[in-house]
Amino acid sequence: MRLFATLVVLGFRRWSTYRLATAAGAFTNTVFGLIKASITVGAIGAAGGELAGYDAQTGATYAWIVQALIAPVNVFNWNELALRIRDGDVAIDLARPMDPQFAYLAGFLGRAIHQFIPRGAPPLLAGALITGLALPATPLPYALGLVSVVLGVSVSFSVWWLANLAAFWLIELRGVLTLNVVAMGILSGLVIPVHWFPDWLATVAALTPYPSMLQAPVDVITARAEGTAALGVLAVQAAWLAGVLLLGRLVFARGARKLVVQGG
Amino acid sequence: MGERLRPYRVLVGSRMRSQTTYRRSFVSDLLGSVAIGLMEFAEVYVVFANVDVLGDLDFAAAALVFALANVGFSMADLLVGHADNLPVYLREGTLDAFLLRPLPVLAQLITSDVSLRRLGRVAVSVVILAVALPLNDIEWTAAKVALIALTPLTATAVFAGLFVCAAAVQFWLVEGSEFTSAFTYGGAYASGYPASIFSLPMRLLFTFVVPAAFTAYLPVLVLLDLPGPPGTPHWLGWCAPLAAVAVWAVALLGWRAGLRHYTGTGS
Repeated sequence: MRLFATLVVLGFRRWSTYRLATAAGAFTNTVFGLIKASITVGAIGAAGGELAGYDAQTGATYAWIVQALIAPVNVFNWNELALRIRDGDVAIDLARPMDPQFAYLAGFLGRAIHQFIPRGAPPLLAGALITGLALPATPLPYALGLVSVVLGVSVSFSVWWLANLAAFWLIELRGVLTLNVVAMGILSGLVIPVHWFPDWLATVAALTPYPSMLQAPVDVITARAEGTAALGVLAVQAAWLAGVLLLGRLVFARGARKLVVQGG
Repeated sequence: MGERLRPYRVLVGSRMRSQTTYRRSFVSDLLGSVAIGLMEFAEVYVVFANVDVLGDLDFAAAALVFALANVGFSMADLLVGHADNLPVYLREGTLDAFLLRPLPVLAQLITSDVSLRRLGRVAVSVVILAVALPLNDIEWTAAKVALIALTPLTATAVFAGLFVCAAAVQFWLVEGSEFTSAFTYGGAYASGYPASIFSLPMRLLFTFVVPAAFTAYLPVLVLLDLPGPPGTPHWLGWCAPLAAVAVWAVALLGWRAGLRHYTGTGS
């Protein structure tokens, strides 16, 4: 556990070097938040003020919280492992006296913790000023929400890990990673709340881990899912996390057995 | 003239060959690009699965806005989207090689790559355009035919100009390159929706600062004879070429200033 904590801190420090990049990202997340909030609020207005349980205020809040979570959850790209598999550096990871998946998860979480405030706060602040945020007044949803965000980030890692492992078998991975981004973009609730999906798409989403990354944490933080319902959401997230991490371990073991690294 | 353009033809030709040589990689890239196009449209689809009208436009009209904006953006992305890589060129010193050649640096940057895989997203947008156009009740006149033919071209020019503006700013930002994404990709995102859903300051931003509304929404208002939100005169829909010229003027001036600011990365 101490090792894990150290790796998390190292992940944090690695990313804290890029300050200007972080500021730029926060700015862009905020502008996109404005556009997204306009679309959600516009749709809710067109539906007569209420759409699948969202009114204008909660709809805008949804858009802003999603924007705040994009960077920690790492929606757009993670190909660190794939690059290391391609150039053989993964051999170094295998030689280290710790589990690679465990070490990369720690680094991923450290990055998320670093991004949480500097890239999460500006969109939330903009949201509070521009549209107002509908947030619960009791502490419990935030406590559960924090757990849910950690689970969401970890589920995102577990899925990226699996996608990256394709590098053991394929040379050019851009297509595979793009498909993951696309699936995440639609099914996680990134652009539109999963609760708005027509039935067939909602079923597809429920059969994937993607809603556990963004929709679930937002539901818990905003207390759309409260009490036992919130615990149910956390349980679903934990189940996906355990399942996909385990699958990732099995695939990694197969890939590592097949791996041939050149050189001495 | 032909002789002067030959180096660019050779450059672009070599990029195209290199991308299509590995067939399977190219096909998977193309499919990825198709998927991105579909993902973008999925958002519009889900919204209209819940409501009939968004920003005073019905599904067919909104799809038309989406398609026109996306044809323009994906074409611009295909042609000059790699200008986004300028920070990498700056950090690695690749740009210095451009400076040594007796050709304009911007022209070299633009012809240094062409992302054929983005044809996937172009194709998705064209298909949506082809489906959405007959679904809309348009009283065709010669002027409207000219407008619909012109709009994808001006949209491409506007977005390409925005990419060059963004590249020009990179000379100062380098590490903060993501700032500009708010305007290039953010503009593209906003342009796919009826601008009437935005608040007035945002509408002004995405009309007169980043002329995203000129790429699709304003021309569609003219095509459908719709009034649009208050303070949107109809003739604005015809002004897309002016917007494109304005963006390119800013882009070229900015690029000139940026290149003069550049002092090399050292060795």
